[in-house]
Amino acid sequence: MAIEARNVTKRFGEFVALDDVSVSVESGSLTGLLGPSGSGKSTLLRVIAGLEAPDAGEVFISGKEATALAPQKRGVGFVFQHYAPFTHMTVWDNIAFGLTIRRRKKEEIEARVHELLELVQLKGLGKRFPSQLSGGQRQRMALARALAAEPEVLLLDEPFGALDARVRKELREWLLRLHDEMHVTTIFVTHDQEEALEVADNVVVMNNARVEQVAPPRELYDQPANPFVMSFVGPVNRIGETWVRPHDIEITHEPNGPAQEAQVDRIVRLGFEVRADLVRDDGERLHVQLTRNEAEVLELAAGDIVYVRTRVERTFSENGEPTRPVPA
Amino acid sequence: MTARYGVRFVSLGYLAVILIAPVGLIFWRAFEHGLHPFWAAISSPDAVHALKLTVEITAIVVPLNTAFGILCAIAIVRHRLPGMGLVNALVDLPLALSPVVVGLALYLLYGRDGWFGHWLLGHGVQVLFALPAMVLATTFVSLPFVVREVVPVLREIGTQQEEAAATLGASAVTTFRRITLPAIRWAIAYGVVLTTARSLGEFGAVSIVSGGIAGRTQTLTQYVQASYENFDQTGAYAASVLLALLAITTLLLMTVVKRGDRST
Repeated sequence: MAIEARNVTKRFGEFVALDDVSVSVESGSLTGLLGPSGSGKSTLLRVIAGLEAPDAGEVFISGKEATALAPQKRGVGFVFQHYAPFTHMTVWDNIAFGLTIRRRKKEEIEARVHELLELVQLKGLGKRFPSQLSGGQRQRMALARALAAEPEVLLLDEPFGALDARVRKELREWLLRLHDEMHVTTIFVTHDQEEALEVADNVVVMNNARVEQVAPPRELYDQPANPFVMSFVGPVNRIGETWVRPHDIEITHEPNGPAQEAQVDRIVRLGFEVRADLVRDDGERLHVQLTRNEAEVLELAAGDIVYVRTRVERTFSENGEPTRPVPA
Repeated sequence: MTARYGVRFVSLGYLAVILIAPVGLIFWRAFEHGLHPFWAAISSPDAVHALKLTVEITAIVVPLNTAFGILCAIAIVRHRLPGMGLVNALVDLPLALSPVVVGLALYLLYGRDGWFGHWLLGHGVQVLFALPAMVLATTFVSLPFVVREVVPVLREIGTQQEEAAATLGASAVTTFRRITLPAIRWAIAYGVVLTTARSLGEFGAVSIVSGGIAGRTQTLTQYVQASYENFDQTGAYAASVLLALLAITTLLLMTVVKRGDRST
């Protein structure tokens, strides 16, 4: 295990940020910490980095106990949500910082900074100041700075949070490629489930200072451990005690077995995806996702009377445990 | 348009009446009879001694208040400890208190029958009517400036750059030297200028604790007063010009240094 947090608890006054949290991260993996804001995910990252001291519990980095170790001695690279650039230094000096304070040789620093500038696609911008960079460039500079001293672990706090949608997408793909090349154990915090499912090879879902589930993206989506995970990692319909994903609802024009009658209330076309809001005859509202083809074949329009049937539905027992998914 | 000219007229007029007229008058009076009387006045032994004493006091007080001012500012902003609110409020005390009251308090504390004075005199340390009391008085009145300039800047830059430096392996000292200090350097510079100006010009508190003996414990401001009272108007004006020049030089120095810096 590259990183292990055991029974970590952290309070800020009355507020409990982490409540007996245990997480282990495999060496070389890319792990996402996913949760709504205030769930404790950033605090966990800061505890791992040594920027917050836990009230109880232990942290291990590369097999060594690190709970009382200062952040300087943990060998972690940390990228802050707003990048925390050293505003009075050039891009070059920012990236070189970790090496200059270690008194590395001048030629070595020069070679390493060159290499990193190329890696993060900032070649030729070394003499600029952070204020002269765009958000995405600043983000990549912060990443290069964190990577310069070759950390064993890379921690990213909401790395794409402050960027616009297109730059976000580019950077996500870029981070994936970078991780494939460098194989440095990486943990990133995000509140965006799509980002976690797309980038991470293992996802830790947090809520209310606790870990809800740890699983690879596909398992998380297909076998959520409880109602919270079910509703957080994707859109969901809740009908009484059963939970159904919008794409697990089938629409037909003819009554068909156990199908129920419903009226189309609204249709939204989003390119390939079509979303339909239906009202069932028992008053239950349903959100349905269809492909454009499916929607075209059905010729759906607002006001139509259709029949709906769920393909897969899930139920959870009273203590939140999943009962077997029922293919209806 | 009219409004804009109005604002300019009023602000410049105000500056002219309040600032430029009195200072200009001093310069004019000092050089009224040419350079020679001016030079004679400021090269008299008492004037030279007063200048030296003022510069000496300033040279002790400014580094002292700069170092402690930075420490206080960091304590107020970065260390959320109980009692820091009180420290924050106390720092402003010298601004609220009349220097004369400060002088009196020091007099009571370090006088022959004072709390500290009795003990210190018993050990052969003369504080009152000597350099130590003058330094204490000047330190007191010029204490808030560095703190007041640095605190808002420290608040604004936040802790993230310092945390980033820590994760990159920088010790607390390195982080302060390489990250915090450069970020607050202009606040410090401005605080130093204000502290220097206040120290050079201090009169009220020092005049109570110094004794004002010409050639021994007389600062430049006290020299101005003494000359004026002795009908030596040229001496008073000349020393005033000297004080003004010292202050202007400090301001100019900062402007020059600041202009040489690219990153802000």
